[in-house]
Amino acid sequence: MRYNEKELQALSRQPAEMAAELGMRGPKKGSVVKRRLVKLVVNFLFYFRTDEAEPVGALLLEHCRVAQEEPSGFSISFLEDPERKYHFECCSEEQCQEWMAALRRASYEFMRRSLIFYRNEIQKMTGKDPLEQFGISEEARFQLSGLKA
Amino acid sequence: MKLNQRSLAFHATCDAPADNAGFQYKKGGRHAAHHRRWSVPRGTMLFCFGDAAGREPVGVIILEGCTVELVEAAEEFAFAVRFAGARAHTYVLEAESQAAMEGWVKALSRASFDYLRLVVRELGHRLAAARAGGPLPPRRPHALPPKEDGCALWSAEIPAPAAAPRSLPGPEPPPLPPCRRASAPSGPLDSASFAQLHEWYGQEVRALRGQWLRSQAQP
Repeated sequence: MRYNEKELQALSRQPAEMAAELGMRGPKKGSVVKRRLVKLVVNFLFYFRTDEAEPVGALLLEHCRVAQEEPSGFSISFLEDPERKYHFECCSEEQCQEWMAALRRASYEFMRRSLIFYRNEIQKMTGKDPLEQFGISEEARFQLSGLKA
Repeated sequence: MKLNQRSLAFHATCDAPADNAGFQYKKGGRHAAHHRRWSVPRGTMLFCFGDAAGREPVGVIILEGCTVELVEAAEEFAFAVRFAGARAHTYVLEAESQAAMEGWVKALSRASFDYLRLVVRELGHRLAAARAGGPLPPRRPHALPPKEDGCALWSAEIPAPAAAPRSLPGPEPPPLPPCRRASAPSGPLDSASFAQLHEWYGQEVRALRGQWLRSQAQP
């Protein structure tokens, strides 16, 4: 699938919500742990060799599952292939928890569902639709019916 | 750069609702040939399938940071998706009607993660204020994206929201909360007092601020 790699590279240089040097192990059998600078920008997780400016790769964080693996490690896997896991090693359990919380909130889908939830709650409390002021109240992606059970 | 392409393809064909799926003509990069593509905006991406809604997209435009503009072009109903940067590519797309073009421009202008995050934060703030009691004060959301007003230029770049809570008349509202999981509505928010809410949000804000400070210290 073609994609606009230059823009993705530019995105990797934007201010990050979280950035740290972590141990990272790819999903292939027999991969070893490597030190990577890991950077969370919007719904992408970029990973760099520690002395390079361009990322080695990026993970789009939609439909992913973040799970704790050891006291200070976590994994990211994706819905369409749950056995393929990217492993990350943190320096402490606290750092691990921080990253897991941030990654779970980092998807567009999560925010979309949060928006629907808030919209519904505000409507129940005030009787008004808060999205009308933004002119987006009719968009399909923000409807209550868009929430899966 | 490596990218988890399989996940990207999955995201393209997942069954979340998509606004504005439709046919577009897309001008290729170096070649002037137009390709008719079934295009589906999904989150912060615009996926292009072949001539019909195929199983896997042939390409995707990551929309984060783009500006969507009307263009003067020989083609009718044309608009451009433009990126910043010296050698950045500009995608010229053509819709099939005036109404479709306007729909696309609106949809793509609002496709960025930052836009959604801004709206979610604003709603979270309002919900917290409503739960803390008292009427919602009138607000002029000066940092928020404007409603559609017929301007030709639609920018998806939104200024970063202020980190500090806005000052309102009456009791100080709790700091802006991070996003709440939609699947856990009966969290601590439901029956907490204002003081409890304030402390709870305050902890998370302190943690986020700590993260931000550490990230600023990175080379």
